[in-house]
Amino acid sequence: MGEWSVARRLLLGGAATALMAPRVARTQGAGQSGPIRIGEINSYSSQPAFLQPYRNAWTLAVEQVNAAGGIHGRPLETLHRDDAGKPEDAVRLAGELVNAERVALLAGGFLSNVGLALADFANQNKRLFVASEPLTDAIVWGRGNAYTFRLRASTYMQCAMLVEEAAKLPVKRWATVAPNYEYGQSAVRWFKELLTRAKPDVSFVAEQFPALGRIDAGATVQALAAANPEAIFNVTFAADLTNFVRQGATRGLFERRRVVSLLTGEPEYLDPLQDEAPEGWIVTGYPWEQINTPEHSAFREAYRRRFNDYPRLGSVVGYDTVMAIAAMLKKTRAVETEPMVAAMKGLQFPSVFGPVEFRALDHQSTMGAYVGRTVLRNGRGTMADWRYADGKNYLPPDDVVRTLRPQG
Amino acid sequence: MASGLTVIFGVSRIVNFAHGSLYMLGAYLAWTLVTSLPRGHLGFWGGVLGAALAVGVIGLVVEMLLLRRIYRAPELFQLLATFGVVLVVQDLALLTWGAQDLLGPRAPGLRGSVEILGLRFPLYELFLIVVGPVVLGLLLLLFHRTRWGTLVRAATQDREMVGALGVNQRMLFTSVFFLGSVLAGLGGALQLPRESVNLHMDLAIITEAFVVVVVGGLGSLSGAALAALLIGELHAFGILVFPKITLVLVFLVMAVVLVVRPHGLRGKPQPAAHGVAAAEPMIGAAPPALKLAGAVALLLAVALPPFLGDYALTVLTEIAICILFAASLHLIMGPGGMASFGHAAYFGLGAYGAALAATWLGVPMLGGLAMAPVLAGIFGVVFGWFCVRLSGVYSAMLTLAFAQIAWSVAFQWVELTGGDNGILGVWPDGWAAPKLAYYYLALALCLGGTLLLRRVVHAPFGYALRAQRDSALRAEAIGIDAFRIRWWGFTLAAIAAGVAGGLFAYGKGSVFPTYLAIPRSVDALLMVLLGGVQTLSGPIVGAIAYAGLQERLMRLLEYWRLVLGAVIILLVLFFPQGLAGAARFFWERRHGDA
Repeated sequence: MGEWSVARRLLLGGAATALMAPRVARTQGAGQSGPIRIGEINSYSSQPAFLQPYRNAWTLAVEQVNAAGGIHGRPLETLHRDDAGKPEDAVRLAGELVNAERVALLAGGFLSNVGLALADFANQNKRLFVASEPLTDAIVWGRGNAYTFRLRASTYMQCAMLVEEAAKLPVKRWATVAPNYEYGQSAVRWFKELLTRAKPDVSFVAEQFPALGRIDAGATVQALAAANPEAIFNVTFAADLTNFVRQGATRGLFERRRVVSLLTGEPEYLDPLQDEAPEGWIVTGYPWEQINTPEHSAFREAYRRRFNDYPRLGSVVGYDTVMAIAAMLKKTRAVETEPMVAAMKGLQFPSVFGPVEFRALDHQSTMGAYVGRTVLRNGRGTMADWRYADGKNYLPPDDVVRTLRPQG
Repeated sequence: MASGLTVIFGVSRIVNFAHGSLYMLGAYLAWTLVTSLPRGHLGFWGGVLGAALAVGVIGLVVEMLLLRRIYRAPELFQLLATFGVVLVVQDLALLTWGAQDLLGPRAPGLRGSVEILGLRFPLYELFLIVVGPVVLGLLLLLFHRTRWGTLVRAATQDREMVGALGVNQRMLFTSVFFLGSVLAGLGGALQLPRESVNLHMDLAIITEAFVVVVVGGLGSLSGAALAALLIGELHAFGILVFPKITLVLVFLVMAVVLVVRPHGLRGKPQPAAHGVAAAEPMIGAAPPALKLAGAVALLLAVALPPFLGDYALTVLTEIAICILFAASLHLIMGPGGMASFGHAAYFGLGAYGAALAATWLGVPMLGGLAMAPVLAGIFGVVFGWFCVRLSGVYSAMLTLAFAQIAWSVAFQWVELTGGDNGILGVWPDGWAAPKLAYYYLALALCLGGTLLLRRVVHAPFGYALRAQRDSALRAEAIGIDAFRIRWWGFTLAAIAAGVAGGLFAYGKGSVFPTYLAIPRSVDALLMVLLGGVQTLSGPIVGAIAYAGLQERLMRLLEYWRLVLGAVIILLVLFFPQGLAGAARFFWERRHGDA
């Protein structure tokens, strides 16, 4: 606590007042007192590297909202559940949270299939679900539904950001490497489609799909090198990325080749590489130590003070999910599903990365990502020449989105 | 790594899940030692060896505290114990080393690479290529040129005879386990310069190691080496031609090898067990007290739910499904005498049968539920035909291979199955949509199925099934077609699992490839083993205990795996016959042999 918290309170209060002004009066009625409960489901035991910082920041955000007086005087309360990475368990836990714990809304999800299972549950049971992390496009497009909203920049958006940079490179022969599941496959598909549209003379000479978490990095690197591409589009992450980078560096795969890589600039994936982090890759990520906007500096300081650690991207996602929910609750007249869904549509709130809107069109938020080049500084990888790519500039035109999403 | 497993496996015949954990611990310990010791040759290589020895000691402790006490328990029960160890080690590693992937330093002196035929090849890989055969050679020497090795080989062939000759088997097994653990730790530690250390290493390596061991032939060191080489090469070339084959390749290889050579590349047929004295206890009619307990439980299951909340109903529905699933596996494991590591395949196929019928044909729920056992049954017939021809672990591994192949088809055939994003919107029809109605539907089908399976065991078919388990030779001699009996048993189990899967699909509203994946097969195994293989009520008790326990723990505790693992270990130690087996033991002791 301190002057920062006061500033944040003013900021939040200001935003809330602005949004709230027309209907300050609190709705009366049963169930309108006591804490507002949020049911949060995530794969804590199977994805701890991303989700521990996420949960920390979630806790921080809830504390801040409650310290600032809660939502119309009612504090927020979160019930966390661990789905162990299994969609069927996530659905059961969602039932528990909704039926037994009487939560007002559901949130969370890391893996795409868990996110989709929860979205379908929300649709069937007519509950609001704020998906924080799952990247799949299907959650808002192909299988989008009226009750699901998603915060993070999707696979499509991050690919579009990278294609913009990739099209500027003086190379024509591309190879791709991606984990063998939906995220990897759709990332490669979008990248190919968008890059071919931007630069019709490119060709794709090789593609590799190692099994997620079990990459045979030596063989994969050899297979890519054999096709002799001029540039590589990488989608692998976490342990696969580490092994791929190590083998690729020793075998000279990255020499005289450009690499464009999804998510690699995120501290979750860059930090484990230590001084072996690759240099000069074009990546999406989160250069937490260099972003000095007032919103972000405040967030970074609060996080450091509370947990004695620096924030990861997961922290931003967790923090902003709570802040989005809080903003929505302040805007709505009743803590019931339909008014909350109405409030989510077109909701604007000040995220750590800047102003963000949940589009009424497809329930996707316009939260962006940072695009830049990887460099080594003081024996660890970070990003340079970065810029914030605002999500709203990297989505297809509205009429295209309507064809992608089931209407009605 | 594989050689470590094959040593333990061959000698003690323990199916050891914990070997993956030892491998992971080896990597983590090496990381700790190497990064804290001074940099340089001594620090690195000392760290690697130190880690290997430390893992050996950990293995020793596990053996002495846990496994030594349960050598007499059924083979698969030991599997359960080692699975408990896996769960505990996972959470302990998370607590000790944190969640982030750790990257160890590279090996000093071997950082660079050399050019071979125009391709750059890392020195460290070359070093590993040398180390592999050297370790193999040393092991061969050890086994063929020392007294200890001779004894171990003798024990592999005939444990009782070696014991009768006055050899201290306990010390022998303990030392073998130590050696196997050291090798696992060494394998993990040597990965340090190649890969990052993370919490998923244990399960990632264990399936592949199992495959290597089985493809090579149990207890055959050279076979394991050959298999590792074969799979590595096929992988390297396979991905050039079919980049998306990575998921399934290993299991395709295993399926082909086992179909062509039922005992692996270099394995010999296992010597027939001595005599046939080991016939399992007879299964009689349930004692009156058990019947009473069952009736009371049934009454509660029917009468109580209207007073429960929706969530409790969901859980009860799931438990009912688990019971049928476990009972179907029990049919092949208990009376059938065949282990299956891939029973989830039929569960998942049932779920997909229902979901595909619902989405592509638009049939109502009952039609979907009818499709579930059909699809599962068809594949049960096909896969069963291959699997029941093999015996023991080979048969179990072939079921695993088929399950993995089915899984990867569901995973990769995106147009039909939606890939890993699954099939959504498989919700029950209006009349069954209330949780209570669906619960009664599930209860009726699952209990009906379970009772039917129970009836089957008591029917002539069940007697034939048990006869071929206890002695295939004698069964054949009295005119039982053992192959056909096993085949039908397998198919029946597949159909029952399919029903459970179909119900599960409609209960969840969606179907994912995880329904067919290894963890679900393991869940089924655990339920059966926890309850006890030898009793008919075992799977029922086990399903209730396991599903209930996991649901509670996952909801309430952050480190639920630690607790669940510890509970499993304790159960194994104190109830080596499973829960239902223990109940019967106490019952019989009090009332005399029934």
